[in-house]
Amino acid sequence: MARMQRRTVADLGFDETIKNLSPDKIARTIRYVLEKEAAARLKAYVDTCIHCGLCNEACHFYVSYDRDPSYAPVAKVRQTIWDMIEKKGKVDPETVKTYARIGFTECNICRRCSMYCPFGIDIGYMMILVRRICGLLKVAPSYLQDQGYSHMYTYSQSWVAQDDWVDTVQFVEEELRMNIKNARIPLDKEGAEIMYSPHSLEAKFKTNLLANIAKIMNVARVDWTMPSFDGWDSTNQSMHLGDHETMGMVERMHFSAGFRLKVKKIVTSECGHSFRAAVYDGSRSLGWKEPPITYLQPTQLFFEFVRDGRIRIARKIEEPVTVQDPCSIVRNRGLGGMLRSVVKAACEDFREVDPCLEHNYCCAAGSGVINYGPPWKFLRMEGGRAKIRQLQATGAKIVIAPCHSCHKTIEEMIDYYKADMHVMFISELLVKTMEIPEDMRTPEGKGSDQ
Amino acid sequence: MYEFLTSMELYTFLKGPMVWVAFSVFLSGSVYRVISLLKLARKDRVVYPYLNVKYSLRSLVHWLVPFGSRNMRLHPWVTVFAFAFHLGVIVTPILLYPHIALWHDAWGIRWWSLPEKIADFMTIVVLVCCAFFLLRRVFASEVRFVTFPSDYAIIAIVAAPFLTGFLAFHQVVDHYRLMVILHMAFGEVMLMAIPFTRLHHMFSFWLIRAHTGSEFGVFRHSRDY
Repeated sequence: MARMQRRTVADLGFDETIKNLSPDKIARTIRYVLEKEAAARLKAYVDTCIHCGLCNEACHFYVSYDRDPSYAPVAKVRQTIWDMIEKKGKVDPETVKTYARIGFTECNICRRCSMYCPFGIDIGYMMILVRRICGLLKVAPSYLQDQGYSHMYTYSQSWVAQDDWVDTVQFVEEELRMNIKNARIPLDKEGAEIMYSPHSLEAKFKTNLLANIAKIMNVARVDWTMPSFDGWDSTNQSMHLGDHETMGMVERMHFSAGFRLKVKKIVTSECGHSFRAAVYDGSRSLGWKEPPITYLQPTQLFFEFVRDGRIRIARKIEEPVTVQDPCSIVRNRGLGGMLRSVVKAACEDFREVDPCLEHNYCCAAGSGVINYGPPWKFLRMEGGRAKIRQLQATGAKIVIAPCHSCHKTIEEMIDYYKADMHVMFISELLVKTMEIPEDMRTPEGKGSDQ
Repeated sequence: MYEFLTSMELYTFLKGPMVWVAFSVFLSGSVYRVISLLKLARKDRVVYPYLNVKYSLRSLVHWLVPFGSRNMRLHPWVTVFAFAFHLGVIVTPILLYPHIALWHDAWGIRWWSLPEKIADFMTIVVLVCCAFFLLRRVFASEVRFVTFPSDYAIIAIVAAPFLTGFLAFHQVVDHYRLMVILHMAFGEVMLMAIPFTRLHHMFSFWLIRAHTGSEFGVFRHSRDY
C-alpha cells in the first residue's frame, strides 16, 4: 500500500506543542469532538463512504502533486477521521502531528470534493473536525495560532490596536485628498447605508487597498462609514483554528458594530474567509440561519455600482484578463456571475478559465494556509500548480482575484513559476478604469490612478 | 459437511423460516438506521433548517441520470459500470421469474418478469461490474490507498448470490440443490448485511444528497453536480 511521504517541515506550532500532550488528553479531546460535538453528518458520512476514490479529481493538491493518492480527499479522511475512530482516539502525539499536518496544511476546506462525491459527502466538514481537534490540543501552525491569539487580545487578526486603526484611517484620508477633492472617510456615522469592514492588513501595511475602497465609495457617492471601535476588522482566523468560541465572539462583535452604528448593511473587504466566517461558520455558530444583518462581499457591491451606473468606466483595460473564483465567495455563495459581470464591464478582452465558477480550483492558500509563514510557502507553490497552469492556459495577462489569500498566493506563484501575468483586486481594477467626476478631480490627481 | 450443505432440511429452512428472518432483519434494520440518523440530525443544528425539496430533487436528478454530473463525465467508464451495476443489482432479483414464482407459491402474488435472456445478461453484467470494481480496487492506486478488507468483503457479499444464482439456474455444477442452497444463503446474507454495512448507502444516499443539494441550492447558490 502506498505510504504518505512528506518533506519534513519545522514549525514550533507542531513540534513543540505535541510535547505537552498526554495520551489521555488526546483521547479525551478526540472523543469529545467526535462523540459530543459531531452528530448526524459525521456518522452518515463515515458509514456511507464506499471508498470509491471518485473524489480524487476534485482536489487541487491531488492534481498538482501528480495524482499522488495520499492527497486525495478520501485519503485525507482515511488518515485522520477513520484512524481516530478505529483507534478510539488512543493515538500518540506524533500521530496528532500527522492529523494536524493533513487537516491544516493539505486541505483548504474549499469543499470542491463534496461536488464530486457521488453521495455529496462534505469532506471539508470532516477536515474542519480534524482542525477542531488539533486546535483544541493546540497543535496548529504557529503563525495561525499567533493570529488566533491576536483575535483574542485585539479583536483583529494582526495585532492592530484600536488607536492604531483610527490613526491609519486619518492618514489614508489625508492622502486620498490628493486624488479626490474633499474625500471623506467617515467614522462612526450612525444610520449610514454601508459599514465597510476592512481586512486587518488594510490597516497595517496594505493601506493602499483601504484607499482604493475609500476612493470608490467617494466616487460612487455612497453613504458609508467604518467603526472607530473594536469590531472594525472583518477577519476571523480563529475559524481556521477550529476555535469556534473565539470565532463566535469575533463575529458577534462584528455584527454588533453594524447594529450599534444602525447601518443597513455591512460590506467586508475583498476577502474570502472573512465573508465565509460572517455568513457561514460564524452566523451558524451563533445560531443564525443567515447573517442577522445584510452582509455583502465587495464583489456584490461593485456589481451594483456598475449596474446602476454609480461607477462609470472611463477606459477599459485592453490586455487579456481572466478571473480567479475564490471558493469562499463563489462555491460558497455563488458570486461568480457578478464577478464576471464587473470584470467584463471594465475589460475589453475577458478570457474564461477552465474549469470555472463553482468548479474552479482552489488557489491552495485558502482557509488560513496563506498565513502559515515561510515554513509552508512551498506547499502553496507546489499545491497551486493546477491553478497556475489553468490561469496560464487562458493567455491572460491580468488575473482578477477578489480575495486576499488568492491574490497573494497567485502573485507569489507567478514569481515562482515565472508566469507573465499579474493579479489585481476588483477595487484596483475599478480605480484604474473608473471615471472620476469633474467636481472631485484635483490638480495633483487629475482623476488618474495614484 | 457436503451432506449437510445438500440436505433437504437445510433447503427447506433457507427457503422458509430463514427468508422471514432475512427480510425482517433487512427491513427493521434499515428502518432503524434511517430513523436513528434522522433523529440524530436534530442535534446537528445545521441540517433541517436548510432542507429544501426543490434543491434536493435537483441534486438527486443530476446524480441519478448517467453523465448528469461533471464527475461522471470525468470518469466515463466508472459511470457506465456503476449505473449498469446498480440497475442490475436492484432490478434483476425483483423481476426474475423463479423469484416471482416463489412469491406466487407462498402468497399468491405475481408481477411482470424479465425474459430469461435479458435476466441472464443482466446477471452477467452485475458480475462483470463486480470484477471491474475489484480490479479497480487492486490496480488503481488512488482506490487501493483507501481500500480495506471490508471493501473486498462487500464486493463478495454482492457478487456471491448472483454468481451462485447463475450457476444454479443453468445447472452448470453437478449438484443442483447445493447451488440453490448456496444461492439462497448468500442472498439472505446480503439482505441482512445491508443495514449493518456500508451497503446501507442505498438509504443514506438519498438523505445525504438531500442535505448537500439543499445546502448548495439554498445557501451556497451554486451547483453540486
